Amino acid sequence: MSVIKRVVIEPVTRVEGHGKVTILLDEGGKVVQARLHVVEFRGFERFVQGRLFWEVPVLTQRLCGICPVSHHLAAAKAMDWIVGGEKLTPTAEKMRRLMHYGQMYQSHALHFFHLASPDLLFGFGADPAVRNVIGVAAKYPELAVQAVLMRKYGQEIIKATAGKKIHGTGAIPGGVNKNLSLGERDLLLKEVEQQMTWARAAVQIARDYTTEHAKQLVPFGSFDSNHLSLVRADGAMDLYHGNLRAVDAQGKPIFDQIDYQKYVDFIAEDVRDWSYMKFPFIRKLGPETGWYRVGPLARLNTAGFIDTPLAEAARKEFRALTGGKTNNITMAYHWARMVELLHSMEKIQLLLHDPDLQGRDLLAIGERREEGVGVIEAPRGTLFHHYRVNKNDQVVMGNLIVSTTHNNEPMNRAVTKVAQDHLSGVEITEGLLNHIEVAIRAYDPCLSCATHALGQMALEASVVDHQGQILSQMSRG
Amino acid sequence: MNAPSKILVYGYGNPGRGDDGLGPALVAALEPLGASDLTCESDYQLSVEDSATLAGYDVVVFVDADAQAPEPFCFDRVQPSRELSFSSHSATPGQVVALAHEMFGSQVKGYALGIRGYHFDELCDSLSEPARANLARALSFARRALTEQHFDEYTRQFGVVSDGNCACDPQLEA
Repeated sequence: MSVIKRVVIEPVTRVEGHGKVTILLDEGGKVVQARLHVVEFRGFERFVQGRLFWEVPVLTQRLCGICPVSHHLAAAKAMDWIVGGEKLTPTAEKMRRLMHYGQMYQSHALHFFHLASPDLLFGFGADPAVRNVIGVAAKYPELAVQAVLMRKYGQEIIKATAGKKIHGTGAIPGGVNKNLSLGERDLLLKEVEQQMTWARAAVQIARDYTTEHAKQLVPFGSFDSNHLSLVRADGAMDLYHGNLRAVDAQGKPIFDQIDYQKYVDFIAEDVRDWSYMKFPFIRKLGPETGWYRVGPLARLNTAGFIDTPLAEAARKEFRALTGGKTNNITMAYHWARMVELLHSMEKIQLLLHDPDLQGRDLLAIGERREEGVGVIEAPRGTLFHHYRVNKNDQVVMGNLIVSTTHNNEPMNRAVTKVAQDHLSGVEITEGLLNHIEVAIRAYDPCLSCATHALGQMALEASVVDHQGQILSQMSRG
Repeated sequence: MNAPSKILVYGYGNPGRGDDGLGPALVAALEPLGASDLTCESDYQLSVEDSATLAGYDVVVFVDADAQAPEPFCFDRVQPSRELSFSSHSATPGQVVALAHEMFGSQVKGYALGIRGYHFDELCDSLSEPARANLARALSFARRALTEQHFDEYTRQFGVVSDGNCACDPQLEA
């Protein structure tokens, strides 16, 4: 009888929340399959039922302490539809965009410099005592300080547009509740040139690293896949609004310019008995071949161009890596993320000079509807919020598909690929753990339930046989 | 007494997750004090950029919900930490203090006020009754502590001792 052994790693450090990796081995030590188990919190859909719809953009921020702005804006976009205010005033749309680009900027900066850079600067298998952000601070102090100040700048933009750091109320159904004062604008403008310089340098770091280490990075956790994102009507990258476009691994269109109000006709969610998290897929392709990636890599594969000059030049360089063809290199997520960081800073600079941000026409209201979908390109990928509301203004149905759920199948495939390439025997080493985490971290998954009470972070790795017996175990943190 | 010139009280936690909101709740109650040398901040969680903020202070008091702390709360010195479980979007007090020292040359001293909480798993925007009671006692302590500023002395009285219990002094809380 063939003996199946399981290598279990939990929880995954430096990705949010708690995840567990199980690697199934056959008796010869060959990886059969790797599974990333995520304890996804699904209580939110029930939590919003009975709530007044205009409360939801604020309530959704309680879902996640990591990307509250993305949930805030996606929910507000859905509720725009409910109040018939989806055609925002120029001030409202630009205030929301500024908030969103601020979120994108701070999230991408944090991810790249503090999460991914220790792996890149010190090597995947480097001593964990050095391979962390404090190690970066010690060896590359200027880079570390710069990264902190980039993150802080994005947070200042969020505070100025959302009103406050916790439970911001900037976006409301049909618009926003504040504009940007001249004082707030001038404060942000003071730093914009410095931030732009850093953003440009960040793209160069990611580009140079990827091209110089292409031999190692190209096969690392890589596989062909479909890609999905919003794009603008003219095909440009648009992180705040647009229609759905999906392309296959060769770049061939699967669908294009789909109104996301009709997303259920095009996207379905599969359920597997070993995971709490669903597996979305493109309906017409089915669950076996219809799964897709979202996030920075997908967005650079779906977009025809970027409408800001520096990021567009960076996009062309990025595309040149694969000869202009679809890029399916998992580790290229980091480079793509930095192209988006630069694009976000270009947009921030443009918006801060736009007098519409001081406008006073903040709200648009139209014909009341009972159902609305809001979709936004969050830092980690496409985020769907879908609600139905009754005549008493109470939410009766809520459905969310978050970026990490879209990337569920790809993350499992990435872990499987890395395990097949790097796991030897059943002994778990620090280097092996980090190789697996490096692949997961490329997607910057948010596994958070935003409950973080003191002393809950740890890493445990176990080897378990087919009968559930632990063969070996290691922990850290 | 060598009173620190600048103190930051930083409450963190998700108020939408029941008792996880204990930190921000304490800060919200403290803010009306309006002391000139006291700054109050709240957020969902600590992040690396907080190191830049707290680098400008002499003392930072982190306030958080604690699922394992003795009741009603504990108060301990925060040691700079290079530990590995560093997530991208949240950090521990020790990590943030270490980064403030390492990156900004700050000498900020950190203390942690951990208030015992009980219910964290449900989406709920109110504190449980026992957590409210702990908050009231922690608030009473914080008001007095921030006035007197004998922080190291408080760690001896309210720190977690080896048997896991807290050496609470009810008189000091009052």
